[in-house]
Amino acid sequence: MKRRWKYILGVLILGLAGVQFIPTSLNRSNILPKEDIINAYNAPKEIVIILKKSCYDCHSNNTKYTWYSRLQPVRWLMEKHIREGKEELNFNEFASYSTRRQRSKLRSITDQIKDGEMPLKSYLIIHGEAKLSKVEKAILIDWAGTLRDSI
Amino acid sequence: MKLLKLSLSVFALMLFSFSTVSCEEKKKSENINHETEMKNNETHDHEQMDISSMDHSKMNMQKSEKMKLIITSYLQLKNALVADDSKEAAIASKVLYGTLKDFDISGYSREDQKELTDIIEDAAEHAEHISDNPIDHQREHLLKLSEDMVDMIAIVGSDRTLYQTNCGMYNDGQGAIWLSETKEIRNPFYGSKMLACGVVQKEI
Repeated sequence: MKRRWKYILGVLILGLAGVQFIPTSLNRSNILPKEDIINAYNAPKEIVIILKKSCYDCHSNNTKYTWYSRLQPVRWLMEKHIREGKEELNFNEFASYSTRRQRSKLRSITDQIKDGEMPLKSYLIIHGEAKLSKVEKAILIDWAGTLRDSI
Repeated sequence: MKLLKLSLSVFALMLFSFSTVSCEEKKKSENINHETEMKNNETHDHEQMDISSMDHSKMNMQKSEKMKLIITSYLQLKNALVADDSKEAAIASKVLYGTLKDFDISGYSREDQKELTDIIEDAAEHAEHISDNPIDHQREHLLKLSEDMVDMIAIVGSDRTLYQTNCGMYNDGQGAIWLSETKEIRNPFYGSKMLACGVVQKEI
């Protein structure tokens, strides 16, 4: 019986080692392009902090990885999240969107935060620090509204 | 035990090497992206050439036919939300997505083409969201989609009379518009909860 457990454990570890070979790329960039929402619209400091803390991991070209998020299969799951997140909204490319789309995205940002849909619950389980407080929500919603009216 | 030791050391080795593997992979995938982008551009050029050689009146007819489909599927979507029917709304929004993507913007002034490209891109995105989300979220997107529809009809025109209706309560009291085929108020943002909330703003 003991031997059998060792065998199973061995196979599991081998399997885990094997999946490390699943090809993925890291979502990392040190450049904050001029089309980035922070640069293009001179976002105030408190907004920059909130955006980078709670949004940029999945909605920009630069993810802050924790050590375990670099390992498979977590990394593979992360990659999927990031790809989908960026497709929906990439803050790094924000100012390159059409004015209509920018306004539309700002409205969606407000809606999603109000409804508590973003940041995703599954993401908050691992990244508790990304959770938005009531005050942070209010600041972000207010800023998104003002920006929408100004562009 | 031997197997356990062996697999543990293999695992350690893997961990050591995984970062280098991923860097190379990234470069590769970037190259592939670039290639597909180039291919996409080529096909676009071909399409435009084909269209410019087509008969003008035939083209206009096709356009109004396509716009008719867009309006019809929008109204179906709107009516599904009036009836609190999230599933039906999802189906209608898929049809709407297809008809929007199918709309051909050639033949309009450069300015209108740009505007139409932006409207269609935005509206299609809203349609996509409506197709796979719960009803509250569908309604939020109907708000934005309706604004796109008004702007699109302003350029392309409509085959039927539509009523632009406003619900002042929705959207935190900021109001929200929708397009309806009847003067009678049937509110798609609240459905059965507040069916009669709204005022006709204008006839289109």
